[in-house]
Amino acid sequence: MKLKSLSHHFLKVAALALATATATAQDKLPTAQVNTTGLAVTDDTVTVGQLHSATGTMAISETGSIQAEQLAIDQINAAGGVLGRQIKVIKEDGASDWPTFAEKAKKLLVSDKVGTVFGCWTSASRKAVLPVFEKENGMLYYPTFYEGLEQSKNVIYTGQEATQQIIAGLDWIAKEKKAKTFYLIGSDYIWPRTSMKIARKHIENVLKGTVVGEEFYALGSTSFGSLINKIKLKKPDVIYAAVVGGSNVSFYKQLAAAGINASKQTLLTISVTEDEVLGIGGENLAGFYSAMKYFQSLDNPNNVEFVKAFKAKYGKDSVIGDVTQAGYLGPWLWKAAVEKAKSFDIDKIVEASPGLELTTAPEGYVKLHPNHHLWSKLRIGQWQKDGQAKVLYESELIEPDPFPKGYQ
Amino acid sequence: MPLLFRTLFKTRGEALAFGGFLLLLLVVLPLALPVFRLNLVGKYLTFGFVAIGLVLLWGRCGILSLGQGVFFGLGGYCMAMFLKLEASDPVTTAIQSTPGIPDFMDWNQITKLPMYWEPFKSLPFTIFAIFVVPAVIAFIIGWALFRRRVGGVYFAIITQSIALIFSLGIDGNQGYTGGRNGITDLRTLCGWDIRSENAQYILYFLCVVLLFTVALGAKYIINTRLGRVLVAIRDREDRVRFSGYDVAMIRAFIFAFAAMLSGIGGALFVLQVGFMSPSIVGIIPSIEMVIFTAVGGRLSVLGAILGCLIVNFGKTTFSEAYPDLWLYLMGGTFIAVVMFFPNGLAGLLEKIPTSKGKYAALFARFKKTTPVVTTKTTPISDEN
Repeated sequence: MKLKSLSHHFLKVAALALATATATAQDKLPTAQVNTTGLAVTDDTVTVGQLHSATGTMAISETGSIQAEQLAIDQINAAGGVLGRQIKVIKEDGASDWPTFAEKAKKLLVSDKVGTVFGCWTSASRKAVLPVFEKENGMLYYPTFYEGLEQSKNVIYTGQEATQQIIAGLDWIAKEKKAKTFYLIGSDYIWPRTSMKIARKHIENVLKGTVVGEEFYALGSTSFGSLINKIKLKKPDVIYAAVVGGSNVSFYKQLAAAGINASKQTLLTISVTEDEVLGIGGENLAGFYSAMKYFQSLDNPNNVEFVKAFKAKYGKDSVIGDVTQAGYLGPWLWKAAVEKAKSFDIDKIVEASPGLELTTAPEGYVKLHPNHHLWSKLRIGQWQKDGQAKVLYESELIEPDPFPKGYQ
Repeated sequence: MPLLFRTLFKTRGEALAFGGFLLLLLVVLPLALPVFRLNLVGKYLTFGFVAIGLVLLWGRCGILSLGQGVFFGLGGYCMAMFLKLEASDPVTTAIQSTPGIPDFMDWNQITKLPMYWEPFKSLPFTIFAIFVVPAVIAFIIGWALFRRRVGGVYFAIITQSIALIFSLGIDGNQGYTGGRNGITDLRTLCGWDIRSENAQYILYFLCVVLLFTVALGAKYIINTRLGRVLVAIRDREDRVRFSGYDVAMIRAFIFAFAAMLSGIGGALFVLQVGFMSPSIVGIIPSIEMVIFTAVGGRLSVLGAILGCLIVNFGKTTFSEAYPDLWLYLMGGTFIAVVMFFPNGLAGLLEKIPTSKGKYAALFARFKKTTPVVTTKTTPISDEN
């Protein structure tokens, strides 16, 4: 017995020694070899950029991503960095203004020569910086779930594209609630519009249900009275919502005030994460469903660890939403790509990226598709009064398909 | 020629300042700055067109418009529509359901190019539209309002709501306008890659030359009879009317002229930045443009351009150096300028006395309270 544990111990030590040996071998990769395109890489450091809105209307949403990316970078640095180099971060503020995003992206790539950028949140900001990244051949890790219809050599999308979030969720609610009639509600911009287009096609063609109403409200709009009357009139089996930002708070509060709550009405949303619940209030949402790939309450060892580390750094009251987790994946995916490529060169990272796997992701296992999106699961969470979600359903891994045939 | 020169510049110092500034923009900055920074200066200068318009409109004629972003946007969107059509040829857009139309239309299930997009396939028409569309729309708005003697704060409020309506309209019609994302990914102008370094130099110089042409034009207006009528309207509107001038027409004209200048700025903005978005046409950017003018000096053409450069440069530098604090720094600067130099930086420079004895006058300025907003009863100094 003792001998066995000793030999076990020996094996562990040997494995550790081997691991250290490979690590030091990697340390020794000379800068000239790992960086042939003049990026900001020295023998001890590599500089990366972080480009989010720290000010302006989007700051409240983007803070989670900023924090999660910083946490991942700190953890990577504590574990020895990337190819033996510590990550240094240059933070830039996009100020919720799209031309500013483009300006700062260019600054990071052209003057700072950063190895990669973690950033952007809204589609508008991504669209503004995309030509800059393509022209200067930079790398962007983009964390938000979004409408798809895009695929770039220079972007890794760590959030879900629309079909990954919509189809499995609709299937679940149709089966679970025997839903036949749907009322689609969204804010008026490209993500809800595209999402509702996909949802409508799926409802009509696959689920053989009916869409009894489809409405879009200007961003920031706060009065939903006429909508609530229509809902009362049409009595849909499911309200399917993609309302964002400040409108979210008014929407759910007014629903609650009009007596439309989970005991009478099924509501599935693709735009509410733990971050939004903070503003809306758990009591206004209790019983409604969200379709996301990640919830803070996920019960797996990776996530327990992640939540613990996040709260230790940002306070015990901080919450973690879907996008925050996707932001956390960015630095880890970049590290994995760099180490696989044994180089910081953008072209080599791009080449190494397809097929990358992360087994340590809080959402569970993720794999990078050649189309630069992640395979991910869809989960249905039911909101509780305390602002956390109870996970009721988890799909298989879903292949990302940013240009879905038959849904265009 | 000397006569024209004397019409444009009242003093030698003025001409020297003008020449020096031109030298700085045409020679010093291009030599000193990397092309990325120069491109940023070019972007700042596009707001200079709006600011010159505001000098005429607000500084000289006393009409505060909080909707200049609309006209900047109209010019910008005209340019962007042309560039987007060029970028959306059937080969590059082969992946779409309907190849050959802009990508955002395809995403919104539009299968045919809307009729009013068609003329923007032609560059001459586009250039014509950049000049004419903002001017005509401004003239209609201006004529309707000024004829009813709407002025002062009411005019400011109406223009502000027009800015809101315009940005909401763009947001809400995303199939036709690109919505909140705007019109993005603009690459070439008649086959010429506007993103290349070479192109950025050329566009910068084009921007500077056009800006100074416009600046000279504005100075010409200011120093001729029209300029004096503008000031008269600002200071005693009724007397001008009783003297037989058509005040509404003059105001509408100057409003349309300022709008045309803004439109040119917008078009150059798109060429240099590579996209157009509703975030630069709404209320906030419209007010920002007024701030640029106020900081630089709303009475002085050169001051207004300087204001655009300084405020934007401050924005860029502060936000790069202090990403968390920069807004407070900017806010503090604005408050300081408005409190201590109501006529902006140009007003401050002008007050620098030529002989030592005049220092007393400088200090006296701080003691008396000078009103910030132009009122009809307190004429403000007219030097520029």
